[in-house]
Amino acid sequence: MSFDWKSYTPVIIPDIPNLHEIDVYTKNGGYDSLKEVLSDDWDPTKVVNEVKAANIRGRGGAGFNAGLKWSFMPKPDGGPRYLACNGDESEPGTFKDRKIFEYNPHLFIEGALIAAYAMQCSAIYVYIRGEYYSWIKMMEKALKDAYDKGFIGKNILGSGFDVEFHVTGGAGAYICGEETSMLESLEGKRGYPRVKPPFPAQKGLWGRPTTINNIETLSCVPLVIKNGADWFSGIGAETHPGPVLYGISGHVNRPGVYELPTGMPVLTLIEEVAGGMRNGKKLKGLIPGGSSTPILRGDALEGVNMDADSLREAGSMMGTAGMIVMDEDTDMVEMLWRISHFYHHESCGQCTPCREGTGWLEKILLKIRNGDGEIRDLELLIDLCSQMEGRTICALADAAAYY
Amino acid sequence: MANNYEFTPEDLKEIETIKAKFPEVMPATLPTLWVAQRRFGHVEPEVQHLVAETLDLPVSHVHGVATFYTQYYKEKMGKYVLDVCTTTSCQLCGGYDMLHYLENKLGIKAGETTKDGMFSIQSVECLGACGYAPMMQITNDVYVNNLTEEKLDEVIESLKADKMPEFESVGMPQHTERS
Repeated sequence: MSFDWKSYTPVIIPDIPNLHEIDVYTKNGGYDSLKEVLSDDWDPTKVVNEVKAANIRGRGGAGFNAGLKWSFMPKPDGGPRYLACNGDESEPGTFKDRKIFEYNPHLFIEGALIAAYAMQCSAIYVYIRGEYYSWIKMMEKALKDAYDKGFIGKNILGSGFDVEFHVTGGAGAYICGEETSMLESLEGKRGYPRVKPPFPAQKGLWGRPTTINNIETLSCVPLVIKNGADWFSGIGAETHPGPVLYGISGHVNRPGVYELPTGMPVLTLIEEVAGGMRNGKKLKGLIPGGSSTPILRGDALEGVNMDADSLREAGSMMGTAGMIVMDEDTDMVEMLWRISHFYHHESCGQCTPCREGTGWLEKILLKIRNGDGEIRDLELLIDLCSQMEGRTICALADAAAYY
Repeated sequence: MANNYEFTPEDLKEIETIKAKFPEVMPATLPTLWVAQRRFGHVEPEVQHLVAETLDLPVSHVHGVATFYTQYYKEKMGKYVLDVCTTTSCQLCGGYDMLHYLENKLGIKAGETTKDGMFSIQSVECLGACGYAPMMQITNDVYVNNLTEEKLDEVIESLKADKMPEFESVGMPQHTERS
């Protein structure tokens, strides 16, 4: 790919000082997309179709077309309908949505408002992980400013459209990033994922139709309205288009969040964008999209791009585009044991294969790490994983088995 | 049951604001536990009772929630809780070295509190600051990024003087590079 990444101009988090302030945001065209969809030229169905055509594939990990997800909402029956925005961001290797809360919160707010209009929701909740206390405060401030300017509340911009918008925090639970677990947590309960069906669009928050979208996904929406679905779907990889926030961490010289088109070659991201490997070491492995996506060997990354198709071919997934880079000195057993500890700690305990399985994975890996491993332990691990995958309510056990 | 803990009128006002966000009272459970923890420093069983009474919810429900989420302190902790991240990216970038340095410096192990009640140390799961590893969070509040032994020394000194480190804004490398 001959794409000149240096010439790319970020649009989700553009280089504009103090863009988090509402006046700066509006001066730079902010909330114009909201005004546009609330004008007579648009109606909710047209918004859904435009977003569907843009093919914004969910940036929270599942990669599902956001507009298509919106279209699953049943017809309004006069009762409450909800949009729940997922800012749980607990997947190891993922630290991108907090950049939006900090640097461009109003883009997200505007996107959520447009989504709420498209699905005719009566209230929006944004759920942010409890550890992000600093960022929860930032969002509270941004929401207050948007309320004060009349972008949220009753009869928004004189359009007759009403919506409330609240921020709420978690309290330390990885599982609450799973969308139905997040709904349980929002309802004030332990974060146990729900059995699906019924899907949230049928029975979500308080039994009412609800759609859950990731923060970055919603932040793409005003850009689609402003520039058109064709513009969005023309950026990056054809089947997985758009700008994306790559979170690059681990053994690179310049870790951080970078906004670039999807489909970037993995090696360009590591060697050029993130400044190459620390201390000139060799690349041993890469977790491409957060800890739940299967690890790839460092010597098998030639020609692999950051999009769903290319990564599937390589044996992994796009996930959250949170790339964890490991150099040649990395102790893979140590790494594996620690992440198995993570999944064991974070299993909600609802399903036996996960609750018990993650514990046994950790125990066996600890045994191997301590030098007491036997060949039959490897068979046991594989057997254990096959007993976990696909046998639980949510995908945590699958994630624990994949890495 | 007589309760040694009581919410202040300001707390109660905040709890009312929280309740107004939701169509039911149960969703106020997590935020009210936060109000309680920020007021009392923990949510021991007696505090859980207070939260249940205040919201008119079963104690068993509040207890179930308090024990499910790791950020709620189910027992008294040090004045400053040092949550050192040791999950993947932090592990790769020296998170355990930072944890052990703190343990040696303060003379306690992860999960323990210093005798003077000033510091607790915990080894915690991913805090979502992977690009700024190794890092830690102080008492569920500010993140301290790119830790080194020197930086930890400074932070401990400043906490001993009751001064929390300031929030560090970490920009996009892409932006700084072009300007």
